Amino acid sequence: MGGIPHDHYEPKAGWEKGLAKRLPIVGLLYDTLMIPTPKNLNWMWIWGIVLTFCLALQIITGIVLVMHYTPHVDHAFASVEHIMRNVNGGHMLRYLHQNGASLFFVAVYAHIFRGLYYGSYKAPREITWIIGMLIYLLMMGTAFMGYVLPWGQMSFWGATVITGLFGAIPFIGEPIQTWLLGGPAVDNATLNRFFSLHYLLPFVIAALVALHIWAFHTTGNNNPTGVEVRRGSKAEAEKDTVPFWPYFVIKDLFALAVILAVFFAIVGFMPNYLGHPDNYIEANPLATPAHIVPEWYFLPFYAILRAFTDEVWIVQFAGFVTGGIIDAKFFGVLAMFGAIAVMALAPWLDTSSVRSGRYRPMFKWWFWLLVIDFMVLMWVGAMPAEEPFNTISLIASTYWFVYFLVILPLLGVIEKPLPQPDTIEEDFNDHYGKSAEPAE
Amino acid sequence: MLKTIAISAVAALGLSAGAAFAAGKAGEVKDVDFSFEGPFGTFDQAQLQRGLQVYTEICAGCHGLQYVPLRTLGDEGGPHFSEEEVIAYSEQFEVWDPELLDGEGDFRPAVPTDHFPASAIRNAPDLSLMAKARAGFSGPAGSGINQLVKGMGGPEYIYSLLTSYTGEEKEEAGTIFYENKAFPGGWIAMAPPLYGEDVEFADGHENDLSHISKDVAAFLTWTAEPKLMARKQAGLTAVIFLTILSVLLYLTNKRIWAPIKGKKNS
Repeated sequence: MGGIPHDHYEPKAGWEKGLAKRLPIVGLLYDTLMIPTPKNLNWMWIWGIVLTFCLALQIITGIVLVMHYTPHVDHAFASVEHIMRNVNGGHMLRYLHQNGASLFFVAVYAHIFRGLYYGSYKAPREITWIIGMLIYLLMMGTAFMGYVLPWGQMSFWGATVITGLFGAIPFIGEPIQTWLLGGPAVDNATLNRFFSLHYLLPFVIAALVALHIWAFHTTGNNNPTGVEVRRGSKAEAEKDTVPFWPYFVIKDLFALAVILAVFFAIVGFMPNYLGHPDNYIEANPLATPAHIVPEWYFLPFYAILRAFTDEVWIVQFAGFVTGGIIDAKFFGVLAMFGAIAVMALAPWLDTSSVRSGRYRPMFKWWFWLLVIDFMVLMWVGAMPAEEPFNTISLIASTYWFVYFLVILPLLGVIEKPLPQPDTIEEDFNDHYGKSAEPAE
Repeated sequence: MLKTIAISAVAALGLSAGAAFAAGKAGEVKDVDFSFEGPFGTFDQAQLQRGLQVYTEICAGCHGLQYVPLRTLGDEGGPHFSEEEVIAYSEQFEVWDPELLDGEGDFRPAVPTDHFPASAIRNAPDLSLMAKARAGFSGPAGSGINQLVKGMGGPEYIYSLLTSYTGEEKEEAGTIFYENKAFPGGWIAMAPPLYGEDVEFADGHENDLSHISKDVAAFLTWTAEPKLMARKQAGLTAVIFLTILSVLLYLTNKRIWAPIKGKKNS
């Protein structure tokens, strides 16, 4: 795997050597599990395991659910009720899958914000970051399409609103929307293709996860100091790192067990708390719900989508400059996708030479403001489109862009970073006192 | 770590508030204590049986329960009738069987493997899932906090709807609307279905408006969530198991890391 020097797998017995010559899979597993990992990783580095677990949970529960689900507008809603009532353990499988999506997004947001704070996106980890952003986009697509499958009121109207976004693209929007839906409106063709893609995309995500892991196993993990592991020799590297197994495997599993205890409490005691009650009403194209609101994990970006109304001067300006091609609706769509795009561009927008937010006194404040901003967007995304929520969402959306497009580039120039430790070992020993002997 | 937990907690609260808010302008929902609230709450079998009676004698005139198989009336964790009782109960419903009369189809008495009939009146919504579909009307300000703390949700809404008629009526476009303080918007097309003493219970249980409304709300909670008790039990087992596992993993982790960390000197 390259990167940090460490021991590699040595086949010993005859059959081991024979296998290694033909398929070096044991060596691959050994190198993956025994990868030298910075020993100062804190508790924000546990989300990767949680995310891997979520993907496995969703795929396994999903495969079983598919065995009992019927992707047809006349039967989908009833087949979900069939799962809830008649399939052995079906209600648990379904609630695990439904709430598993929420756990997945809690973990992915924690994971992303950890990366933003500790500068995990910076060179040489840009590719890890970009792959991560692709995974996040696919997750959103998968979750959205999965939400349509039970064919409740929110499924139907959520699908109508979100696919309508593509209709906002000038000139080619409507053909694209029709092509996506498989017809002029959300109907059986839409349900079937969403079902197909909802089954496919998780496996694409799984492949990207493998690339994601491969990429950061090549560069090595970032760590809370942002200081790189010393790579001059194996002995030097061993002062900064411990092998992933058992040190981080056990630590991560401990964190996972705690998180799962909370997760199972939610699944067991209040499985519908995070969901929308309207989705227990079968889809009815003739009755529009009073408020169409996406699931919580989409709310921040939904707020950005809705923030740019006709009254905002920048929208009017864009419309004037483009001769009306960019209207408020299209502007909102651009803003929503742009919000994720600027985040994906963070490696190139951040000009600071210091990686970790820990040693960036000004950055810290802006970062925590961004976290609050994210929460505000999430809250305002669930509110009706009226004052004062419109103004709040406009301000919050603006900050999101300002953070990535103005603050990150500027801070690198004007900020005076604090002194960083020379090595990871130094940081670690500051916390725990000197270790008696290096690991192993 | 604390920071992480705090962030997650704030996030979790923020989000759920959002989900709950979307339900629309709420009517006044009263808080009722039901036996099935909270992590350890269970259905009251006798109450479910009374609720079924209210449903059968009153609600079923217009409403249906099309997703509920009749045989589940015999399930544990539900009304738990005996097999004979379920068969006898089922027979009162007529279902359409397309295989009778050499494929022409005909009506026949229902058997336990059939479902409850669907609504008899087009405008009367099916009640199978009503207790879950109306779970979002709890405040304050639609934040869902009452749902979390007081366990307020669909059953409270159903109870409130049945007990909040004011007696006022108005006619609009040929339809009579009845004022109901629990109904979003305040005017509902359903005439007051219960007045109190509408049903007589064999065991002489109280049958005033409040009691029978509660009974039928409990019954409809069961129709919406028939596996509630099994689910809570599974959840509790999982939480206990995972808590023990967490402790063991914590100790393992501590021990593994001890030689790496050395002694704390600060």
